[in-house]
Amino acid sequence: MSARRSGRTLPLHVILVAVGAVMVLPLLYAVLSGFKSTDQLSRNPIGLPKPWVTANYTGILGSGSFWKLLGNSTLIAVATTVIVVAVAALAAFSFARFAFRGREVLFTLFTVGLMFPFAVAALPLFLLLRSMDLLDNPLGVILPQAAFGLPMTIVILRGFFREIPAELEEAATLDGCGPFGFFWRVLLPMARPALGTVSVLAVVASWNNFLLPLLVFNDPKWWTIPIGVQQFQGQYTSDTARVFAYLVLAMVPALAFYSVAERQLVGGLTAGATKG
Amino acid sequence: MTSTFLPDERSGPGLVVPRPTPRNRARTRRRLLHWVTAVSFQLPALALFGVLVLLPILFALYASFFRWGGFGMPSDYTGTDNFTRLFKDPVFLGDLWRCLILVVVSLAVQLPFALAMAVLLNQRLRGRAVYRMLFFAPYVLSEVITGVLFSMIFAPGDGLADHLLGDVGLDGLGGGWFSDPSTVLATVFLVMMWKYFGFHMMLYLAGLQSIPAELTEAAIIDGAGAWQRFRHVSLPLLAPTLRISVFLSVIGTIQLFDLVWVITTGGPDHHSETMAVTLFQYGFKRYQVGYASAISVVMFGISLVFALAYQRFVLRRDLEGASTTMRGGGA
Repeated sequence: MSARRSGRTLPLHVILVAVGAVMVLPLLYAVLSGFKSTDQLSRNPIGLPKPWVTANYTGILGSGSFWKLLGNSTLIAVATTVIVVAVAALAAFSFARFAFRGREVLFTLFTVGLMFPFAVAALPLFLLLRSMDLLDNPLGVILPQAAFGLPMTIVILRGFFREIPAELEEAATLDGCGPFGFFWRVLLPMARPALGTVSVLAVVASWNNFLLPLLVFNDPKWWTIPIGVQQFQGQYTSDTARVFAYLVLAMVPALAFYSVAERQLVGGLTAGATKG
Repeated sequence: MTSTFLPDERSGPGLVVPRPTPRNRARTRRRLLHWVTAVSFQLPALALFGVLVLLPILFALYASFFRWGGFGMPSDYTGTDNFTRLFKDPVFLGDLWRCLILVVVSLAVQLPFALAMAVLLNQRLRGRAVYRMLFFAPYVLSEVITGVLFSMIFAPGDGLADHLLGDVGLDGLGGGWFSDPSTVLATVFLVMMWKYFGFHMMLYLAGLQSIPAELTEAAIIDGAGAWQRFRHVSLPLLAPTLRISVFLSVIGTIQLFDLVWVITTGGPDHHSETMAVTLFQYGFKRYQVGYASAISVVMFGISLVFALAYQRFVLRRDLEGASTTMRGGGA
């Protein structure tokens, strides 16, 4: 029985291993290349490092600049996430639990926001931020990121908020809760999984954002990881091994976060996709 | 599931004002209060969205009618000159053409591949979770990291790609990649596929897993083979997910910027340039902000027309389901 089954699944495994190899190979190549010297890399491009050189990795970790980028990216991602989730939760609550004149118009306005290419707004947004004196200021990235994250977050949260039974709302009202009390004490605690999902999505989007920080931050003191990667590559064009090491270190936080938050992230994608 | 925060359903929501008897007046005041409460929850979102999303887009529309370098307010009104110039600009026409190619190839290659992988991983297989994590991982890496990584992998001569080709005796095939006008777009597409197919696979996998097992079992009892089960059970039930995935893929391709900017900045000689890259070039490198605004207006127009048409003709059935639950379980 089991022999027959494994016989049947063998071709599938061959395909999956082949695709898996294509997915992993670039990453593995980067990790190994980071353990070579650039000289070694040009003589021995695809073999194992011989000897293993750790100087590239330790050099980057030892300099303060990488940690500074990491700190900036973290600060911006956390602040963006707190703002977008708080603001979107209030709006989604109102969309999900109230009937009021203008609701559909407003909701359409936000959903249309899902299709605004960020590049479309980038230019005037830059001019606006300049006139508000928010260039080289983390708020200049945090606030627009939160604003552009609103449509997706509102759409997902509204779906979850709708599913909370009306009986709970009635009970809360009888116990003397006003709308905000219900929102704060009942709805938010119950929607914790949904809040987790949208938070993970917001963190990933902020962490990977490139264009906005590129426009807003002239001063290296505020650079985030993606800007740092681009700058580092430009600076060490000929020192390929060191660029590989930098890339690998820049991947680690995102991949570590992914392995911890995988379920939430994937849950969010699928909720957004199947709920329409 | 009727919300207690709903006003009296019998006379409908909103501010309907009949004869002003004292009772009606009290009701009107209650409704007004209700409306103010509902909308006040929206205010922070509206402020943020209005100022930082809607205002810039409206301003881009305004600026697209001026010849303007981006300093002070736009003053040199040129009517629709920017647009007529745009549709004679070979680079921009090339952008449109490349966008179309990438959309078609994504739909014809990337999404079917993602679907095939989702179907494979929907089976009970050893190591399924590992494959799933592996295929999806590139999606969480930033475009910049992906771009830099692949610009080194496809570096002419000493990149991984050329070495691997050399090892199997196909030296002649490599070399060009991102630097050869005839291969650059295809290579960019390969990177896009590496990065994004896992995202679509994940969507399909979620869709497949929501298909009740009874349906598949019934099909097996009726003697349907694997292909027939896929064609007549899975595929129709997956249709809403497919429609969303096509939508996201097209919108994503129209907006493509980071990956291309990092790898090629649109080169060589514009052969991988996208609309967003051209926009960036004019707006931030050459200070032709009015002209760049015209590009953003056309991009927005294309996205909007596509989105509305798609919603009207393709997504309608899916959204109808959503709007019936708007009032809660068809109450």
